[in-house]
Amino acid sequence: MAGKARAAKPGAAGHAPSGGEPPEVLRGYYRQMALVRAFELRAAQMYTQARIGGYCHLNLGEEATVVGLMAALESRDYLFTTYREHGYALARGLDPGRVMAELFGKATGVSGGWGGSMHLFDAEARLLGGYGIVGGQIPPATGAALALAYRGEPGPDAEAVMCLLGDGTTNIGAFHESLNLAALWRLPIVYVIINNRLGMGTPVERAAAEPDLYKRGCSYRIPGERVDGDDVLAVRDAAREALRRARAERQPGLLEAVSYRLRGHSVVDPAAYRSGAETGRLRALDPVPAFRARLLEAGVLDEEAALRIEEEADQQVTAAVTYADDSPDPTPDQLFAHAYASPVPNTPRQLPGDPVVSGQ
Amino acid sequence: MAVISYRQALHDTLRAELARDEVVFLIGEEIGVFEGSYKITAGLLAEFGPERVRDTPISEEGFVGAAIGAAMLGLRPVVEIMTLNFSLLAINQIVNHAAKMHAMFGGQVSVPMVIRTPGGGGQQLAATHSQNIEVWYAHVPGLKVVAPSTPADAKALLAAAIRDDDPVIVLENLALYNTKGEVPDGEQVAEIGRAAVIKPGRDLTVVAYSRASVIALDVARQLEADGVSVEVIDLRSLRPLDRDTTCASVRKTSRAVVLEDDWLSYGVGAEIAATIQEGAFDFLDAPVRRVAAAEVPLPYAKPLERAALPDAGALAKVIREVLDATRFAR
Repeated sequence: MAGKARAAKPGAAGHAPSGGEPPEVLRGYYRQMALVRAFELRAAQMYTQARIGGYCHLNLGEEATVVGLMAALESRDYLFTTYREHGYALARGLDPGRVMAELFGKATGVSGGWGGSMHLFDAEARLLGGYGIVGGQIPPATGAALALAYRGEPGPDAEAVMCLLGDGTTNIGAFHESLNLAALWRLPIVYVIINNRLGMGTPVERAAAEPDLYKRGCSYRIPGERVDGDDVLAVRDAAREALRRARAERQPGLLEAVSYRLRGHSVVDPAAYRSGAETGRLRALDPVPAFRARLLEAGVLDEEAALRIEEEADQQVTAAVTYADDSPDPTPDQLFAHAYASPVPNTPRQLPGDPVVSGQ
Repeated sequence: MAVISYRQALHDTLRAELARDEVVFLIGEEIGVFEGSYKITAGLLAEFGPERVRDTPISEEGFVGAAIGAAMLGLRPVVEIMTLNFSLLAINQIVNHAAKMHAMFGGQVSVPMVIRTPGGGGQQLAATHSQNIEVWYAHVPGLKVVAPSTPADAKALLAAAIRDDDPVIVLENLALYNTKGEVPDGEQVAEIGRAAVIKPGRDLTVVAYSRASVIALDVARQLEADGVSVEVIDLRSLRPLDRDTTCASVRKTSRAVVLEDDWLSYGVGAEIAATIQEGAFDFLDAPVRRVAAAEVPLPYAKPLERAALPDAGALAKVIREVLDATRFAR
């Protein structure tokens, strides 16, 4: 089972623009892509203004993959993501204000200000975390699929898990251990490699002895497939089919979505390892204007409607920033609120400088 | 009340918990068909089937992480890691993930997972298979670490760990599996986070855990014949650590020795000594002494292994030194 590579034509090609898709669905995808784009550009700006701390990784250039994958994922499914995850949270339906509030470290953030950019979580939306340690999410995602198999039967309406990972992550042991377990135990999970061609600054070809990453499942008899990550519909359809097999047949899947990171690894990375010519080429491949052009060409959108969508996205993001700004900081009296889920005696609650034992 | 082995107590508790709650399942290497490297899970595959007694390939990071994910969705996995040494293959999942999730995700998820694993030297297993690295885990907020020293505690602490909503490491010990003791019948669930005074005394406090508690109790009983009254505290829980029980004891006895199987530097003994000097300084008649393993990778050859590990003789010698230094008279 070597898998297959769909024609991964860069840019705006791929599916026929409107090929049977309801126009409102296509407009909805564009609306989501525009929102992710606007949110990430604003996040970069907020970071440079020191409103966001720590690390901050953006989905710029990945919008078609983000929206395609989230369109395929049902609300009953579970999602584990990487640390490059703001867009997935938004497309999963999380409130942009609460996502921005998490980036701002506010009490109203999706993780209560405990996680920040890399650790977005929403139990209700079944977004079971962004993970800051490369590949850390893969074994727990596999275990979540084990829990689904433990409890339920396979079938078209069964729940499944989607686990995202970056291209560089396919080189860690946990990736291979987890794929082996998922295949041995026939778990309802789809692993999605978000291949943006670079692990920080290292090209895939310098990091992976098998740079066709979708083929790496073949050791575990997990079928792999590569899709054009700039094509929202191709991504959606491939993910849907992989999820269908996971639900109905308990066949784990490996999907590789190839796109291009438009900026550095994180907000502070100027991507000096890229030439000016390459940067220019990447701009030409930018999936957001490409999809816009496709929809205009197909008559699904006109210029006015496109502008309206973009303005609405901007307004949503502005409202998110306002909400985050107006939200309260978490207070130090909450420092031990999540020490343990089951409280037990003698749990340490000392602040720095406090005595460790009560008076003599 | 029956007299059974530590191994039997663990086995019976796993069996009872599997029968009690269908979200409890066992997962680990060789626990099913092979019935466990130390036979703790003997017979459980036949009784509960392969979904609930799940054999894994050799993939510690993979299956410990999978247990975390299953726990996030509400199952209660009980992982067996063949020995504590192998937990290092999974430490990323334990420390970077299991320990963090409840707090880092704002209290929205918990990880009700148990990791059972034996530590300890003295079996001529050489350097890589004889470590006591439980203190690495005891250092980490978000984890709970318990270390039963008796069959009764093996039962009650394991049951508590399985019913707890946090990741709990249950430290077993190779040298304890065949030890026997009285175990109360029926359901027994200990409170995690409490030490126990396992022998009251007046003259000196020995603080220990796991196998060291058994040694400390033996030494204390021998010294009783010499007219020395030693109080023995079994920590039982390394995180959270019950500091008050230790300090209350030392305020009474004025002398303290810590016995541990682990290397000395940065160990449990150091933590206990620091606790005592802060919580019972004015009551101390002598410096707190630590009896711990020599700081070398544990050798294979029996004379070398024996020389490196703390034993009853070393503890008795140090107790005598502390008593002499404080002009103890019976």
